Amino acid sequence: MKSVLRRLGLDGRSVVTAVPYLWLLLFFLIPFVIVLKISFSTSQIAMPPYEPLLHWAGDKVLQIKLNLGNFAFLVEDNLYWKAYLNSIWVASVSTFFCLLLGYPIAYAIARSNPSARNILMLLIVLPFWTSFLLRVYAWIGILKNNGLLNNFLIWIGAIDQPIQMLQTDFAVYIGIVYSYLPFMILPLYANLEKMDLTLLEAAADLGCRPWQGFMKITLPLSLPGVRAGCLLVFIPAVGEFVIPSLLGDPGMLMIGKVLWTEFFNNRDWPVASAVAIVLLLFLVVPMMYFQRAQDAEAGGVHR
Amino acid sequence: MATSPRATQQKFEPWTDPDAKPYVRIEKVTKKFGDFIAVDDVSLSIYKKEIFCLLGASGCGKTTLLRILAGFERPTSGRIFIDGVDMTSIPPYERPVNMMFQSYAIFPHMTVEQNVAFGLKQERLQKGEIESRVTDMLNLVKLGQFAKRKPHQLSGGQRQRVALARSLVKKPKLLLLDEPLAALDKKLREHTQFELINIQETLGVTFVVVTHDQEEAMTLSTRIGLMNHGEIVQVGTPSEIYEYPNSRFVSEFIGSVNTFEGRLVEDEPSYVRIGCDDLEAPIYVDHGVSSAPGATVWAAIRPEKITISREKPDATDNWASAVVQDIAYMGDMSIYLLRLDSGKVVRVTQPNIYRHAEDRITWEERVYLQWYPESPVVVTK
Amino acid sequence: MNQGRNLFRTLVLILGFAFLYIPIVSLIVYSFNSSRLVTVWGGFSTKWYGALLQNDQILNAAFLSLKIAAISATLAVVLGTLAGLVLARFGPFKGRTLLSGLTTAPLVMPEVITGLSLLLLFVTMEQVIGWPAGRGMTTIVISHITLTMAFVTVVVQSRLSQMDDSLEEAAMDLGARPHKVFFLITLPIIAPALMSGWLLAFTLSLDDLVITSFVAGPGSSTLPMVIFSKVRLGVSPDINALATILVAIVAVGVAITGIMMARQQKQRERDAQMALAANQAMIESVKKG
Ligand SMILES: Nc1ncnc2c1ncn2[C@@H]1O[C@H](COP(=O)(O)OP(=O)(O)OP(=O)(O)O)[C@@H](O)[C@H]1O
Ligand SMILES: [Mg+2]
Repeated sequence: MKSVLRRLGLDGRSVVTAVPYLWLLLFFLIPFVIVLKISFSTSQIAMPPYEPLLHWAGDKVLQIKLNLGNFAFLVEDNLYWKAYLNSIWVASVSTFFCLLLGYPIAYAIARSNPSARNILMLLIVLPFWTSFLLRVYAWIGILKNNGLLNNFLIWIGAIDQPIQMLQTDFAVYIGIVYSYLPFMILPLYANLEKMDLTLLEAAADLGCRPWQGFMKITLPLSLPGVRAGCLLVFIPAVGEFVIPSLLGDPGMLMIGKVLWTEFFNNRDWPVASAVAIVLLLFLVVPMMYFQRAQDAEAGGVHR
Repeated sequence: MATSPRATQQKFEPWTDPDAKPYVRIEKVTKKFGDFIAVDDVSLSIYKKEIFCLLGASGCGKTTLLRILAGFERPTSGRIFIDGVDMTSIPPYERPVNMMFQSYAIFPHMTVEQNVAFGLKQERLQKGEIESRVTDMLNLVKLGQFAKRKPHQLSGGQRQRVALARSLVKKPKLLLLDEPLAALDKKLREHTQFELINIQETLGVTFVVVTHDQEEAMTLSTRIGLMNHGEIVQVGTPSEIYEYPNSRFVSEFIGSVNTFEGRLVEDEPSYVRIGCDDLEAPIYVDHGVSSAPGATVWAAIRPEKITISREKPDATDNWASAVVQDIAYMGDMSIYLLRLDSGKVVRVTQPNIYRHAEDRITWEERVYLQWYPESPVVVTK
Repeated sequence: MNQGRNLFRTLVLILGFAFLYIPIVSLIVYSFNSSRLVTVWGGFSTKWYGALLQNDQILNAAFLSLKIAAISATLAVVLGTLAGLVLARFGPFKGRTLLSGLTTAPLVMPEVITGLSLLLLFVTMEQVIGWPAGRGMTTIVISHITLTMAFVTVVVQSRLSQMDDSLEEAAMDLGARPHKVFFLITLPIIAPALMSGWLLAFTLSLDDLVITSFVAGPGSSTLPMVIFSKVRLGVSPDINALATILVAIVAVGVAITGIMMARQQKQRERDAQMALAANQAMIESVKKG
């Protein structure tokens, strides 16, 4: 067995490399090629519901039919680009609020005493271990017209009519911030926790007041954590489907929902593929940025 | 300077014997990391039962050379022979060489005993033999009663000995030690140096030790290989390196030294005279120097080889006048910093022989320095 | 001033944790509400738990989800460990950048894209090689492995890069071949990381809705799919009961790990003290000797 592998030029190392590599190529990279291919095809009422892209025309002549119609469709119908822009807007706003909320929490945990830190971080990630879907569902009970929040506000006399909160953009922002908050806090905490506190003492020694120390030392040093956290929230939030469908207005335009509808309701696989390709193009730059940051993080320790 | 305990023993100098075969031969080994040359064309011969120290400043390539010997790095060019066998492309797990890591690298999930037995198990020895060899080795390093402990239950010195035991139990032909004592405090380090020599002599293993501590190198080694920027600049016994450095770098790296730049004014086979701008009188050295007349040379004089007096000497050579700039009392001796008229500061050490020496030389006094013709070492590079 | 900062910290933490936990607590409280109108309190009752246990659809879906999660977490740990090992230990090689990109991309890739692309792959594969025939558990498991191995890879890679690699070199130096080094040294040392990687993969698989919806066949509805179709129609108290059970399981699990960790911590502190004492004794003996 071993000698056979040897003769094929395969030592243990290349086998170990090849197994995860091939898996990821087959189940992660190639699928995108297929999506790309199908986004150029025309829809048909059949199974699968699209026309083959390659086919043999007569005497072994391979024909490639490229149909740009799906992309033209995305440009012409302003529903699509509105959905793209709206998704990016919603993701940006949510990321901003995640940061606004997550930074103080991460900071407070990183600066509390060491024995408490691990427990506090455990409490931050704990909700993540319970179902995401159920946590979003919990907000329906809180935000609906006769839900907890409205009842509470009426009870304290702040309002006397329930306010419409469920099925608004506000509910979607809350849902995204709530679900993705741990992803913002984790990298921020990791960064803030390993900061050398004597830097602040040195700054104070050189005449910095505490808030100046924060602005001039802590904040700039924590930027890699901020960047990682923001990307970790922003990228998946752009394509979010569950939160807008459960908490948002049914007519709210989010590209994840559009893709889902094209696929499941309209059964138009080629258009769904085109939607996915364009979404991917929007996300490629932030994703590469994230990948670089991730690799630098790992490479910093690597010899 | 500490003296080697070997000095009192019978002469062990296989490198002076033209018939002796080197046990480890490093032939023109170069290692590049990208464009950076970490080890530069190193050739070395190391003999059986030596303790050979690789000494040099941080980053000069000592660890890299050691890792090449262990088999963790492939040399970019050049070859390694151990006991006459070409080892250049043999993987580490097949080399008759063991290494003691700077971090000790003790397996945290195994007991002391299991750590030491690990290498023997890889050789598939019989259980009984493994047990007896492990026990013997643990007793040798005085860890017998700690056999069942986990590494995190040990102190730094004990861990160091587990690492030593683990690498020695395989009876390697060659043991490589990367800064074996660096993690210990000073007291423990001095104690362990002598233990290390005892163990080495008991087992007759050849050691190659990396260190950047010159005192450690002086104490431990039969010979020292001094490295600088990836090159070996001098190989010799501790006293050769100390007394006869072959370059300014070596003389200044080992111990402290006063270096005077000058020109040869008289160049005879049996003596030379060197004129220095910093000194009123020329330096007279009682041996010849191979250098062109008029060329720049450096005379290096150790601080303990200079004497201080108040009277002006009436010799024509080998003296200077100076003012006492600073005195540091070190217990067994004092260090004097003396400012020559040129402004150059010379360092001199004097033993403190008398307890209450009246009339000691003090600050800002004018004094005269003197040395013997055999004291200066003349280097030409 | 110091006190002011402490007060600020405490306030931030209280508000932050309130935001994180009030929804979960409300889920639990209303699971014991006898009224069908989830937010109107109608008295204490456990009837929704009874209803849940009689709901075959949910029970079957839960069983299927657990099965899928266990299988895919296990395989994801195997593949993720290999990938983490390659990235952390094999140094630079041709194609390393692509591999590291392929392992980090699934972490952030919007699920609708991953789901759609995997489905199209399965359909194409079925057309070309006839496998996998139809969609169901196999396709779900493959998809979940692909998604979750990325998380395992990150966990393993970061653990390996913290681990002193001279441990592995030392083993090799003592005569262990590379595969033995892996099984005798690396694996035992990173075992806790593998365990948390497994749990992470298990949870993610158990929780996934979007990708699963794309690649699931008609007969294979997982728990999140059933929940989603129910909650889309509004709140329903038996889902609250389900959530409470889930939270209880997680809480018990965390409590157990917490107690175990605390115990280990204590043991380690005691050991450290012993070692310190031993060190002291040794220095004394050196001084005397
Ligand atoms: N894997 C590597 N890749 C690139 N450069 C390396 C690598 N290993 C070592 N070097 C470089 O080679 C040089 C020599 O390193 P080496 O570790 O041999 O130094 P050293 O003499 O042992 O120093 P120290 O006393 O600090 O341990 C250093 O400049 C180091 O940065
Ligand atoms: Mg080194």
